[in-house]
Amino acid sequence: MKYGYYPGCSLERNAIAYHESAMAVAPLLGIEFTELEDWNCCGATEYISLHALPAYALVGRNLALAAQQQLNRMVAPCSACFINLAKTDKYMADDPRLARLVNEALAAGGLHYKPGSVRVRHLFQVIVEDVGFEAVAARVVKPLYNLRVAPYYGCLIVRPTLQPPFDDPEYPTSLDRLLRVLGAKVVDFPVKTHCCGGHMTQISEATALELIRRLLKNAVDYQADMIVTLCPMCQLNLDGYQEEVNKHFGTDYRLPVLYFTQLMGLAFGLPPGVLGFGREFVDPTPALAKIGAEPPAPDKKERPSKEALPMPAMPRQDGGEP
Amino acid sequence: MAVSHAARAAPTDFLAEVLAATPGGDPRLDRCIQCGTCGGSCPSAADMDHTPRQLFALIFAGMRDEVLRSNTFWYCVSCYFCTVRCPQEVHITDIMYALKRLAIREGLYRESGAAEAPAFAETYIDYVENYGRSFELGLATRHHLRHHPLGAIKKVAFGMELWRKGRIDLTPKRIKNMAQLSAILNKAKELEAADGRGGGA
Amino acid sequence: MSTTPLSPKPRARIGVYVCHCGSNIAGVVDVKEVARWAGRELADEGVVIARDYQFMCSNLGQELIEADIKEQGLTRVVVAACSPHLHEATFRNACQRAGLNPYLCEMVSIREQVSWVHTDREQATAKAKALIAGGVERVAWHEPLEPVIVPINPTTLVVGGGIAGIQAALEIADSGYPVILVEREPSIGGHMAQFDKTFPTLDCAACILTPKMVAVGSHPLITLLTYSEVERVDGYVGSFQVTIRKKARYVNTETCTGCGLCIEKCPVRVVDEVFEAGLGYRKAIYRPFPQAVPKYPVIDTEHCTYFQRGKCKACQIFCPTQPKSIQFEQQDERIQVEVGNIILATGYDLFDCRRIPQYGYGRLANVYTSLEFERLCNAAGPTGGEVVLRDGVTKPKTVGIIHCVGSRDRNYNNYCSVICCMQSLKFAHLVKERTGAEVYNFYIDMRTPFKDYDEFYQKVLAEGVHFVRGRVAEVTDAARHPGEEGKIIIQVEDTLIGRQRRIPVDMVILSAALEPRRDAQEVAHKFGIACSTNGWFIEKHPKLDPVATMTEGIFIAGCAQGPKDIPATVAQGAAAAARVIGRIHQTRLALEPIRASVIAERCSGCRICNNLCPFHAISFREDLGVTEINPALCQGCGTCVAACPAGAITGTQFSNEQVFAQIEGLLMLDFSGKPVRRLEPLAAAAEPAFP
Repeated sequence: MKYGYYPGCSLERNAIAYHESAMAVAPLLGIEFTELEDWNCCGATEYISLHALPAYALVGRNLALAAQQQLNRMVAPCSACFINLAKTDKYMADDPRLARLVNEALAAGGLHYKPGSVRVRHLFQVIVEDVGFEAVAARVVKPLYNLRVAPYYGCLIVRPTLQPPFDDPEYPTSLDRLLRVLGAKVVDFPVKTHCCGGHMTQISEATALELIRRLLKNAVDYQADMIVTLCPMCQLNLDGYQEEVNKHFGTDYRLPVLYFTQLMGLAFGLPPGVLGFGREFVDPTPALAKIGAEPPAPDKKERPSKEALPMPAMPRQDGGEP
Repeated sequence: MAVSHAARAAPTDFLAEVLAATPGGDPRLDRCIQCGTCGGSCPSAADMDHTPRQLFALIFAGMRDEVLRSNTFWYCVSCYFCTVRCPQEVHITDIMYALKRLAIREGLYRESGAAEAPAFAETYIDYVENYGRSFELGLATRHHLRHHPLGAIKKVAFGMELWRKGRIDLTPKRIKNMAQLSAILNKAKELEAADGRGGGA
Repeated sequence: MSTTPLSPKPRARIGVYVCHCGSNIAGVVDVKEVARWAGRELADEGVVIARDYQFMCSNLGQELIEADIKEQGLTRVVVAACSPHLHEATFRNACQRAGLNPYLCEMVSIREQVSWVHTDREQATAKAKALIAGGVERVAWHEPLEPVIVPINPTTLVVGGGIAGIQAALEIADSGYPVILVEREPSIGGHMAQFDKTFPTLDCAACILTPKMVAVGSHPLITLLTYSEVERVDGYVGSFQVTIRKKARYVNTETCTGCGLCIEKCPVRVVDEVFEAGLGYRKAIYRPFPQAVPKYPVIDTEHCTYFQRGKCKACQIFCPTQPKSIQFEQQDERIQVEVGNIILATGYDLFDCRRIPQYGYGRLANVYTSLEFERLCNAAGPTGGEVVLRDGVTKPKTVGIIHCVGSRDRNYNNYCSVICCMQSLKFAHLVKERTGAEVYNFYIDMRTPFKDYDEFYQKVLAEGVHFVRGRVAEVTDAARHPGEEGKIIIQVEDTLIGRQRRIPVDMVILSAALEPRRDAQEVAHKFGIACSTNGWFIEKHPKLDPVATMTEGIFIAGCAQGPKDIPATVAQGAAAAARVIGRIHQTRLALEPIRASVIAERCSGCRICNNLCPFHAISFREDLGVTEINPALCQGCGTCVAACPAGAITGTQFSNEQVFAQIEGLLMLDFSGKPVRRLEPLAAAAEPAFP
């Protein structure tokens, strides 16, 4: 399976661990990437705050280049890049006036983009939809037994729903399922799609620290050994600002925050060196040391008391424990 | 001056202005039923002077200056909870971006007490417009030196830590065809200025 | 296909009558000009007189038409006014009084199709002229018709044994006519039987419902078919043939005494998803509730050990009757019945609250649906009426009740479910009464219309229930602060103070939306009626004909037509019954003679039309190799006429001649009202087809 690859600024440096681990696991899943030649920044949430049309034109250049380079199936590993690329495409399709103006701007650079000609998806979505859980399972050689993980989706991979949603915008389960396939014990993380604070770390740090604290607290409340993420911004905020949260709130969180691709790599038996380990602020080694060779004994089901009332369950995709 | 403007604006004029400034199809703001799902869902509502719902009521009332002076949209973290939960399918996050642009254009953001957000955006955009890429080290240091000279020391320590872990570059990277990107962005700005729809594209 | 009439245009003397409808039409259309124009420009087409009048539907207006028919010798009448749905009968009757066959009158809608939808006076006037020209061209081809008279079978089928169906069945049976009541579940009673108390009077639901259930069960004129479903409907108003599948109960109702020993001895316990709304258990052989009508149990074969593994038979072994009433060999039965009218009272389904995961239902144990709560506080429910948490023991100290769950939300159902405000107030009262807990109600708008409803709201206010105006954003167990640990937190904007609040509670009740039955579309198709975009059965007129449908002889009542409370449901059940009784009293019914027929020599026997007929009126004559239409079944919808590739099917009032002539007329003018096409003048027509 061949895809165009839009790394985005974060994966160049700050989230290089994500990039390295994605590159390491991709061949094992039959994925081949061609990086988009001379891509530019997606504008994050900043450009659109000041200018609308230039923000869409900025993204439009990437889409036009992708079409020109015949990379019609694009993958963006960063949730913010993914949403900006997908949204520009969708809004140009829905709003002909916007499409005309963006193309007028692109023409100044000798480019043109026809809405709908490039399909952009998040790396995780591609693994779920195109690779599939069975193919992932087939690659697992060192299951992550005994590791309790909090699956953290963040906002932008599931919201807004621009295309037919690949998972629920409030209560997605596909990352849960992927991590179970890797052998990990997945906790039913209630804040799995809540905000990491985004750019608030730069603008109003107190606002961001409170949002980060909520996530860390709930992961700890659910006895997770680590948080698994799909987005560079989420990783940086939860990992890099954890110490700041501890100072600010007088807490003592030591919760590693890893990319899902890093855990895939480990379960696939790849050496940590090729998976970008060692760049974290919170050391994951103690948590990873919990990984056992044997599958854990299944949780003892508490027998409901005689008086207890039956309870409905959420429909689940794989019938596993939540 | 600001007051006289507010007094003059017919209530529907400002609503129309906000709708026109929001790209991506009908933003449906005029269907708001004031249920408060947005304000209830917002993770940063505690920091806002008005909840999003109140802001919409102010828009319907034509209270233009009060809306554009609000800090509400500057605290928006773009999590889209309000947008997917809104029972009337109002494009709330997009409207927040539109209000940011209108507030900047009118210069009223300075009165919001949240002037840092637009300043950060400006610094960010500056790198994108000069290099075609964002540059985290430059962004953080420049922004913080300007706005929190004391806090910047803390940030430098954080930056050093990032550098030690190989997570930050010391110099910005520039894309190859910067001339092309500049031509596109300049043309887009020109079109936007001529458009007069408050950045609605 | 040809675009010109197939045979020579008949001669006619036509009168055109243009209604002002006060300012409804005259406000936009220049009616005087339209009448003048028709008299002048359509004279060659047979128009001998054209008038405008302020209210054509008034007695004076009708008399104007009648006088012209007699004095001017009119043979055709065109009335340009409102929609034929409203006044076609009025003008047909006027024609008939003047001795003209009523079917020689044609209505042109220049109100609904012109003045109400246009603003430009000039263009609206031009369009009115074009529509009238179409009507004039068409009416020349009308033929005198006689209505089809059908007898009415006095037996009525009522589908659905909830309170709407029960009420309808009793009203009809009490009037002395037989009723067949079909119910899908093992007992009648519907949702109302699940409730504890009813608002606003708080009378016990069972106390007021069970006498009616008993009356149905023992009524000599009511044939009760429970655990049964309608499979097929043939025929038409007055004489429907209905096939009903009576599912095997595996209990012989002739010998069973309803003693319940079999239920007691059954070793299999399953969650009762229907009557107990998933909150309680039943056995594999069960009776949904103690007062069930009929009293006989049924075996749920999916869970029965004998049916699954071929062993057990405890129920049969312990059955005290001789012979044993448990019959494992029973089979489903198909019964055919003949009825004259049908009332559909199939009710609603509850919205699946798991579709809004942020409200926690299915994840958080102590989040309940409204129906679960009804069972929780029902004295005959799983807890004997104790309001407790899912552990079955602990009484809640704080309870949150959320309105509009799945209603008034474009993501799910874009309508108000009508009952939730009052139901939530009732819940608040019951929680207070049974537990003394603090109660919070979260609402968008408080809707308490109708008799004694707002008084009930005031009573609940006085009981100290808290009201928070705001649609709840989320219900979560993710604690942020020490006071929230171990609680369910309701996060909401209190819109009256403009702040986000997090209110920790022990129990949450979701007032879930009422939704159309999951198979409503399928049922509608079976009975030849339609569903609205929201999925409810569509009534003939939302205000003036709320229980009839567009299909003659099929009536609707209760929540199948839209969300409503018990008083409105009962009123509709009775109203549908009254309509049916009126029909039965007539003994015969005149039907519109608008029917399709096959011109046998043109039919190639391709059978394309055979499966298209929504009324099963078309059959294929193998012996002749052609298709035939049963005129009694045909409702004149025109589907087959349009579908026939050979043009071999023609519809009375919708013949090809009529339709093409109307199009010719319509195309006579352009948008500015300038003539663009000359019509075939009447003088050129050959011999008149009929006088």
